[in-house]
Amino acid sequence: MADEVVKFKVTIDGIPVEVEPGTTILNAARKIGGDIVPPAMCYYSKLEGSGGKCRTCLVKVTKGSDKDPRPMPKLVASCRTTVMDGMEVQNITSPEVVEARKGVVEILLINHPLDCPICDQAGECKLQDLGYEHGAQNTRYEFERRTFDPISLGDKIQLHMNRCILCYRCVYVANQLTGEREHGVLYRGDHSEISTYIEKALDKDFIGNVIDVCPVGALTDKTFRFKNRVWFTKPVNAHRDCPTCSGKVTLWYKGEEVLRVTARKDEYGEVEDFICDTCRFEKKNTSDWVLEAPTQVDKESVIGANHYLQFNPPSVIKENKKLQAANAEQLQRTEPLK
Amino acid sequence: MGRKLLLEHINVPGINTFEVYRQKGGYRAVEKALKTMSPDDVVEEVKKSGLRGRGGAGFPTGMKWSFLAKPEGVPRYLVCNGDESEPGTFKDRFLMTHIPHALIEEMIVSSYALGANTSYIYVRGEMMPQIRILEKAIGEAKAAGFLGKNILGTGYDLEIYVQPGGGAYICGEETALLESLEGKRGNPRIKPPFPAVAGLYGCPTVVNNVESIAATVPIVNEGGEEYAKIGIDRSTGTKLISASGNINKPGVYEIELGISVEEFIYSDEYCGGIANGKRLKALVAGGSSVPILPANLVTKTAAGNQRLMTYESLSEGGFQTGTMLGSGGFIVFDEDQCIVRNTWNFARFYHHESCGQCSPCREGTGWMEKILHKIEHGNGTMEDIDLLWDVQRKIEGNTICPLGDAAAWPVAAAIRHFRDEFEWHVLHPEESQQRNYGLAHYADPLEPVVQ
Repeated sequence: MADEVVKFKVTIDGIPVEVEPGTTILNAARKIGGDIVPPAMCYYSKLEGSGGKCRTCLVKVTKGSDKDPRPMPKLVASCRTTVMDGMEVQNITSPEVVEARKGVVEILLINHPLDCPICDQAGECKLQDLGYEHGAQNTRYEFERRTFDPISLGDKIQLHMNRCILCYRCVYVANQLTGEREHGVLYRGDHSEISTYIEKALDKDFIGNVIDVCPVGALTDKTFRFKNRVWFTKPVNAHRDCPTCSGKVTLWYKGEEVLRVTARKDEYGEVEDFICDTCRFEKKNTSDWVLEAPTQVDKESVIGANHYLQFNPPSVIKENKKLQAANAEQLQRTEPLK
Repeated sequence: MGRKLLLEHINVPGINTFEVYRQKGGYRAVEKALKTMSPDDVVEEVKKSGLRGRGGAGFPTGMKWSFLAKPEGVPRYLVCNGDESEPGTFKDRFLMTHIPHALIEEMIVSSYALGANTSYIYVRGEMMPQIRILEKAIGEAKAAGFLGKNILGTGYDLEIYVQPGGGAYICGEETALLESLEGKRGNPRIKPPFPAVAGLYGCPTVVNNVESIAATVPIVNEGGEEYAKIGIDRSTGTKLISASGNINKPGVYEIELGISVEEFIYSDEYCGGIANGKRLKALVAGGSSVPILPANLVTKTAAGNQRLMTYESLSEGGFQTGTMLGSGGFIVFDEDQCIVRNTWNFARFYHHESCGQCSPCREGTGWMEKILHKIEHGNGTMEDIDLLWDVQRKIEGNTICPLGDAAAWPVAAAIRHFRDEFEWHVLHPEESQQRNYGLAHYADPLEPVVQ
């Protein structure tokens, strides 16, 4: 007789889902998908011990479980709270959660330089998305922002502590993927700094993944910096036979030139497989790779702005003759796509 | 005179040495527990005594001990939290300096009750003299056969180590303390799992305050029921209060829980009244993180009951009109003190001590400090007061550990009770730099105080 698999039933924003015991609320919500997935700035499913720090994924537990139906007294971090059978969770249906999340976003931004126009991460920045979705238009913070000097971590990676939100993801990458820990947090409170010990260069294999896991523009790729805006580049999935990693990557093309190589990311911005530094920094010719297909880009993303799979003109265009005339060229171009 | 249990022999010369402490009846609890009681009996006595944690939260110690997971083949640890760094609290330092053997004695009994063979005393890094004193005391106890292998021939082994702290307030949070003890950066862990299940090195661990541990000496000696007769309701026993501020006799006092706040401030046995004949303005009853109380709520609660020095009475009225007993850091403010400046000072402390792990506390504490600095120095606006209220509300309850709450509560209470004074700073920017506001309007006239 086969063992019966125990499943816990959880309800998130009124949508029921069955998950295995030990799953976190966030992962249960990701199983449902859509708008009810709490945003996560520090949690990274592939890094052990991550999460719980940024507090953007706070949710309200209105019913603890079937056995103990009491609600939890405080908002909980969904990325680190495991589900119980019969648990009921409110995310976007709870005004309290939305309010708290707005507060967290505001607090994350008070010391952020907001230098998106000159930041390489702009366009694929989680903090930008979060600020757009939950933030206020104006800041109420009127004091001088905390600043640091840019730090060069070896010849491949640049660190801008000004933009850092101290999610600790890069620290976990350095701990868990590379041979030796060379990356950590110095000082405390809002003077905390991500740093390598006495700015020792990071030259361990796989350390380039800190660039991919960084949700903001704090860690950037020196081989790509200032070369182009991400929304002008075209992502293409490719692979190669790599002895150290899976070799599955995304190449970012501008014309015929490969500007940068990153790991493939899923819809939550998490990489599918970590890639080695050789793939990331050394192999920048099309001849090094076997191309697969254009990378599917989220339709909300600015990266997809120039290359639609299908053009859906706003409804005003459908009714307005003047606008149709003005957009005649675009409409004609999209006809064969339909 | 109230009964003294912890500080009974405090004035005996040489009580910090093993011989004198032993002559005065010390280490009776070890003999009694190890020879005549089973570990469960000790836990049962502590449960019966109703002793509540003296570190601030007031969680029943016996309950905490009974929650300890006891899997086979896994060591268990007792950790004593001597990382006392709350502004206004200095009772543990007093205890460790003057009667170190009271702590060692009960460390032995508590470790026996919990089945721990290795115990740690984590002492704040700045307290080097106290670390030396404790190490000397451990050496003396070991020489007398109360520590080490086969204690008193009962077959129970125990080693106690003293660990200097990492020099941060946050290391007094129990999970940050465990991280620090393991040699890592003192960041609080995300709970669950709680230390009772996975604490030090992933093993079940109990973390107790110095005073909680020391308080179990009389419990074992006299029995839990006898101990529970002292005090009122669920606040049993005696408590050390570190009194400071504008009072005639600041210092560490042992009180029976249940005396009135009025008696504690004005009687000659304790604080001896407000210094220099001034009037009481405000009171912080349990260390810097608890809400501040204005004078009219100090002696009477909002419901008109007399305010007592108990966990329940001090928190009567919730955070609207009450406060907490906390760790017993009793700070008295007279009419010459500026509440805005004091709140700014507290906010500055929490900003400096935030570990920087989770964002609301890391960024929010700094923000609050800057706003308070602005108001205190006469540059504030009315909107700043509302903004401050909003910021503290966004921090409270949204952080990993209680430091965020501790930073938000004093600010919230100061605005709630002393909004007039904040507004006066905004409306009279120049005057506020010259003189202090004095007593709040609504605290005037004060209840007549019987000395």
